[in-house]
Amino acid sequence: MSEWAVKCSGVTKTYKTGGQSTYALRGIDVAVRPGELMMLVGPSGCGKTTLISVIAGILDRDEGECTIFGEDFKAMRPGQRTKFRGLNIGFVFQQFNLLPTLTAAENVAVPLLINRENRGHAIRRAKEMLERVGLGEKVNSLPSRLSGGQQQRVAIARALVHRPRLVVCDEPTSALDHVTGERVMDLLKDVALEDGRVLVVVTHDQRIFKYGDRIAHMDDGRVTHVDAPEPANETMGGI
Amino acid sequence: MLWTAIRMLIGDFGKYLGMLFGVTFAAFLMTQQGSIFWGLMSRTFGFVTETNQPQIWVMDKRVQFVEDLKPLSETTVNRIRGIEGVEWAMPLYRGLIRARLSNGVFQQCWVVGIDDTTFIGAPQTMIEGRIEDLRRAETVIVNEEGANGLLARRMPDGSRIPLKVGDTLELNDRRALVVGICRTIRTFQTQPVIYTTYSRAVQYAPRERKILTYVVAGLKPGVEMTAVQNRIAEATGLKALSQNEFQMATLSFFLRFTGIPINFGISVVLGFVVGAAICGQTFYQFTSDNIKQFGALKAMGAGNSRLLGMILLQAGIVGVQGYGLGVGLAALFGLRSGLGQKTLAFNLTWVHLGAVGVAVTLIIMFAAALSLVKVMRTEPAIVFKG
Repeated sequence: MSEWAVKCSGVTKTYKTGGQSTYALRGIDVAVRPGELMMLVGPSGCGKTTLISVIAGILDRDEGECTIFGEDFKAMRPGQRTKFRGLNIGFVFQQFNLLPTLTAAENVAVPLLINRENRGHAIRRAKEMLERVGLGEKVNSLPSRLSGGQQQRVAIARALVHRPRLVVCDEPTSALDHVTGERVMDLLKDVALEDGRVLVVVTHDQRIFKYGDRIAHMDDGRVTHVDAPEPANETMGGI
Repeated sequence: MLWTAIRMLIGDFGKYLGMLFGVTFAAFLMTQQGSIFWGLMSRTFGFVTETNQPQIWVMDKRVQFVEDLKPLSETTVNRIRGIEGVEWAMPLYRGLIRARLSNGVFQQCWVVGIDDTTFIGAPQTMIEGRIEDLRRAETVIVNEEGANGLLARRMPDGSRIPLKVGDTLELNDRRALVVGICRTIRTFQTQPVIYTTYSRAVQYAPRERKILTYVVAGLKPGVEMTAVQNRIAEATGLKALSQNEFQMATLSFFLRFTGIPINFGISVVLGFVVGAAICGQTFYQFTSDNIKQFGALKAMGAGNSRLLGMILLQAGIVGVQGYGLGVGLAALFGLRSGLGQKTLAFNLTWVHLGAVGVAVTLIIMFAAALSLVKVMRTEPAIVFKG
């Protein structure tokens, strides 16, 4: 098995709108090891979100190679891709995207229900997960009754409850104040990185850069440099 | 996930109620207007339904509906009796005659003259008195609606005293003693109905060369109806219809030559369109408001087929509940209005319930389709857009 959990090389992506082409990714080389927290940072419009969308298999790349735990989304049929994503990837979104009419526990149980687990079992697992993120007393609360930080913790619990191998976080702290943001990152680092899990975090919040094992700086669709403690021969391409 | 779909639907209570209202409104209006329409249409052939003993009605071939009176020669009865396959044939008179009440008021009434000996053509339900009382001289039986309504005596204080057994009235200057009150199926006409014997009815009726309205006949056991109908037509040049054919001919006339179907049709279509618009718009809004959540579900591994199932379940729940509520309310409305025996005609049939069910299904499919297109087209990447 590859030493890389995520490995992308020469990835390009172009958006075509009204006859105009926008180059979002211009040959990205990036790789992440199991148990590693990789940060993708850079100014707005630099391609961070497009890159994690490609990594998570919800956008198709145009060119290049990209494998997740040795599997290539492009080689999968749509159904297989959806199933693979449901089993192996957890998501933490900038706006949380919790279902507003479901309680915290019910929201956390959703990935398990997508993977066709029994509802009672799913709710039990969801409650255990909420205990782990410190929301044991909020299992029956609706998202509207929770603070921003608490909602993000519910989202983290939802991203981890089905024990995915990769967790993709899009600006997890941008909707939170500084203190709450740090708490969320502490939680992500403590809980999410267990069992050799991989975290890819997109952010432009410099206050949380310190949580990354490596930081890939992006600009204009390219990775310009990586703050990497590893020896140079272990990195790939521009990293 | 289906459970999640139900929670999503019911959790957004305002929109859930909006959708439910749309379907309920549509189902109620379509059921209620359709039932009143069918109730009215059933009344057009109410007299034929009431007169249920004959299997064949013989009439002038130009007769188009039950009130289209084209008298026949009296000898027709015997000619019909002589036709192979006919067990019996009796004369039936039906005509509008002016009645003079005891207080001097005149009122047009339908007078029905039934066979003097067999009483074939008699009303099915007697409230007071007996059909056999018609054997007495100068006697009539009046229907309940007429006795309590247009034939009732108006008092100076505005109150009404219903016509009752023992009262008298004049039909074409001849005395008529009321010996019974019957209940009849309501007809399209508002005039009171007075039953008497055929021989007495022709005395009440204005003098005309021909006075027989119908010949009603029964078939011998095992004889084919169509064959007898054809034999009657060939032998007499008259039209011979079964009870059902006569009912449908009358219905067809009213459908073709009155604006009733169009008027009710407009209401039914309006109910369908307004229901579809309210439900479709609210359901679409519900989906639009949750589009990021649907996108998140897609990103987390819910395929289009799962989301399709969720949306169809949500639409189905609203559809079933709205159908039940709408039809239930319409039925309650019908019960309150006396199921067609009072002023308002209301006739709710299984066919009607099925038709409204199909219409509600179409509304729900339309509403779900609008939402489905939106969800299916949603890229999961939408969740990464702040």
